[in-house]
Amino acid sequence: MIEVKNLHKSFGDAHILKGISTTFEKGKTNLIIGQSGSGKTVFLKCLLGLFEYEQGSIAYEGRIMSNLTPNEKRDLRSQIGMVFQGSALFDSMTIAENVMFPLKMFTKQNQSEMQDRVDFVLNRVNLSDAHDKMPSEASGGMQKRVAIARAIVNNPKYLFCDEPNSGLDPKTAIVIDNLIQEITDEYQMTTVINSHDMNSVMEIGEKIVFLKDGLKEWEGSKETIFKTDNESVTDFVYSSNLFKKVRRMYIEENQ
Amino acid sequence: MRTLIFKDIDDLIINSLGIVAFISFFVGGVVAIQTSLNISNPLIPKYLVGFATRQSIILEFAPTFISIIMAGKVGSFITSSIGTMRVTEQIDALEVMGINALNYLVFPKFVALTLYPFIISIAMFLGVLGGLAACVYGGYGTLEDYIEGIQTDFIPFHIIYAFAKTLVFAFLLATIPSFYGYYMKGGALEVGKASTTSFVWTSVVIILANYFLTSLLLG
Repeated sequence: MIEVKNLHKSFGDAHILKGISTTFEKGKTNLIIGQSGSGKTVFLKCLLGLFEYEQGSIAYEGRIMSNLTPNEKRDLRSQIGMVFQGSALFDSMTIAENVMFPLKMFTKQNQSEMQDRVDFVLNRVNLSDAHDKMPSEASGGMQKRVAIARAIVNNPKYLFCDEPNSGLDPKTAIVIDNLIQEITDEYQMTTVINSHDMNSVMEIGEKIVFLKDGLKEWEGSKETIFKTDNESVTDFVYSSNLFKKVRRMYIEENQ
Repeated sequence: MRTLIFKDIDDLIINSLGIVAFISFFVGGVVAIQTSLNISNPLIPKYLVGFATRQSIILEFAPTFISIIMAGKVGSFITSSIGTMRVTEQIDALEVMGINALNYLVFPKFVALTLYPFIISIAMFLGVLGGLAACVYGGYGTLEDYIEGIQTDFIPFHIIYAFAKTLVFAFLLATIPSFYGYYMKGGALEVGKASTTSFVWTSVVIILANYFLTSLLLG
């Protein structure tokens, strides 16, 4: 579990996060949603320790991040997997080498053990025949799956995804969503996803945190988001006519 | 790390050999021709062509001007490759994994560039050889005169001076472009700008370092 209390972050005069408090639970897919500029990426980067924050605390299983020694931070980071928006695969390495990279850095496994693990996770993301391809030879969806494979290869406790569906067609986006959901259930990870994609919200949002202007405006789940009266949430989530119609039908069916 | 070092040796040293060899050979030839054409006084010995070519190549052309060229080739490569990693979040990915990205990316380049004197020694050899070829086959002097020239008043300390400069320039070539690549902000356009800025500043610092090292070691 990740517990965030009263998190504040500024860049110069711009106050980006204005006191966010929430918890992300183990074995659940936790979604952070909000408009562009609402502070989602900054929030995620604070959670990952890529940005220092001015006030508040972030605790991983009760261990407050800012109190950790460099060795403890390194240990914590070895338990974190991250899927970046642009996949962030290393250009100079093959897909298999990319996936093997965290194992080389954090484990003392021999080459054949590492190879077995790479085969397993690539198979898990349905890329069993892509080992020797370079990232530039892979499609956007394949790159995302490689990024997921790299993120989970070291059996992390925490999985972070920054807009995992951006730039993907709807069908591939659903494949990626389902994959993240399955992996979260299977390995009982704490998964935090930054998303703009309302399909993801409806499909895998076991917990949803809605940010607006650097504040937590609302939190709930994919079930409660249908019923909420919060205007900011409904304006954002049901901005398209299709979603408005779906919501109306859902409410009518459940009355 | 070993793999990265070998990759950087390939990218920064081996892949630079062709352009360095080409430039050195022909600039050596041009220095010899220019020197020969500017000797009009019959009292000046003919071996001066070889002597002047050797001095120009060993003291300045090979260590300093090849380094300026390398600031363009190797420096831009370092800045753009690290900068692209920054833009595409690959550096963030390393940091999230708990890896010291600065050390991981810069140290192999630093180690690879300790082989930089190897490039400069090839530039020296080919520059002098190019001078010989231009002089002899262009009809500007005899082989004997040129050979006598390159042996005349040879001061071994000049080689030490040239390689001392080379090592300092290697350090500058590894660090300044890495700095501009690692700390760049923005997108693809900024990668291009960072490469240009890194080339300009690496060249400026090499020229200034050359001045101070020459004053210190030969002055």
